[in-house]
Amino acid sequence: MEYILILVGTVLVNNIVLSQFMGICAFLGVSKQMKSSLGMGAAVIFVMVCATLCTYPIYILLDKFGITYLKTVAFILVIALFVQMIEMILKKVMPPMYKALGIYLPLITTNCAVLGVTITNVDESYNLAQSVTNALGTGIGFTLALLLFSGVRSRIDDSKIPETFRGVPATLIAASIVSLSFMGFSGLIG
Amino acid sequence: MSNSTEKKSSLFELTKGIIKENPTLVGLLGMCPTLAVTNQAINGIGMGLATTFVLVCSNTVISLLKKAIPSTVRLPSFIVIIAGFVTLIEFLMKGYLPDVYSSLGIFLPLITVNCIILGRAEAFASKNSVGASVLDGLGMGIGFTLALTVMASIREILGSGSFMGIKIPVLCDNSMLMFIMPCGGFFVLGCIIALVNKLANKKPPKEISCAGCPHAAICKGAGSKSDECQGGV
Repeated sequence: MEYILILVGTVLVNNIVLSQFMGICAFLGVSKQMKSSLGMGAAVIFVMVCATLCTYPIYILLDKFGITYLKTVAFILVIALFVQMIEMILKKVMPPMYKALGIYLPLITTNCAVLGVTITNVDESYNLAQSVTNALGTGIGFTLALLLFSGVRSRIDDSKIPETFRGVPATLIAASIVSLSFMGFSGLIG
Repeated sequence: MSNSTEKKSSLFELTKGIIKENPTLVGLLGMCPTLAVTNQAINGIGMGLATTFVLVCSNTVISLLKKAIPSTVRLPSFIVIIAGFVTLIEFLMKGYLPDVYSSLGIFLPLITVNCIILGRAEAFASKNSVGASVLDGLGMGIGFTLALTVMASIREILGSGSFMGIKIPVLCDNSMLMFIMPCGGFFVLGCIIALVNKLANKKPPKEISCAGCPHAAICKGAGSKSDECQGGV
């Protein structure tokens, strides 16, 4: 039950893009097409879960030496190295998957959603299973927001918008409306 | 991009980030903190100043080390340098500004992955002298702080009817809660960017520009479509 609550909470109620404001750049940059949204979303889910598995033991180690204040430095370094490693392994072992996710992998090193999830896990003092659930839910929420928004954006392209609002401003205002609709989920869990 | 070969005065390095190449409103970088922490003016200022501090320090160090860092491992090296300064500012804010520290929350450690900082390190500090890099960092930081402050003031005045915590007579009884909600953030930022486009009287940028994006090189290398940003940062 607890895990279902974390999942629903991260996917819908506290959606990482639309109410936590993490990964906005990726959200605005990639959501132009449904295909690239899916690719980016899959890569983010994958990296988030793996990064959580990696940073969990590291935090225990930092805690043991009493240097938890170094978590930002340690986590970002681990994520950066880890993403590079995944890229190399995928290239060698699973070329089709590398082809699908490859171009997105190096770009999500600095996606703040990934670092954000690992830090949230620590701040909320989740155990390993809860952390992985949280990472999975957050990743799914990110993908959901991207997919829904790519649909909205294809409609924006067809409509007549005042010159000044064309491009990024219109996209942001559309995102505002999508975010407003996600607020409807806020009563879902207490 | 600013780093053309022609000589530019140091005053230009300082002022270009404030209006002409404002990282948030013109460069469209660092959107996450811009949207997330601007529900109160004081948070906007706090976030802006913290980012400015990190930007100036990291620009200085990276500019000093530009010959020592091999180009193949430059991005991880830059990130570690930046993360070090972020940890420093976390300690400083925890000690001296505990209120702002707790309301910025997770977005303080997330300054590490703010694309303005990595973008300036990659596009400017790793190619220019120390003095110019400090001025560039300071200018960009001030531009970011200004953008955040303007946006946070609008949201606080309309959304909670106060400014810097001081209640405004008529507005505080008729506050529009929507503006301090997440959706208000997207809306206000969209309107401000539209206004800047209108004032600058130029064609609005079609999409998130690659200028200043630390991943521009990888993007092209990945063989993606020419004008499609894969938007990693």
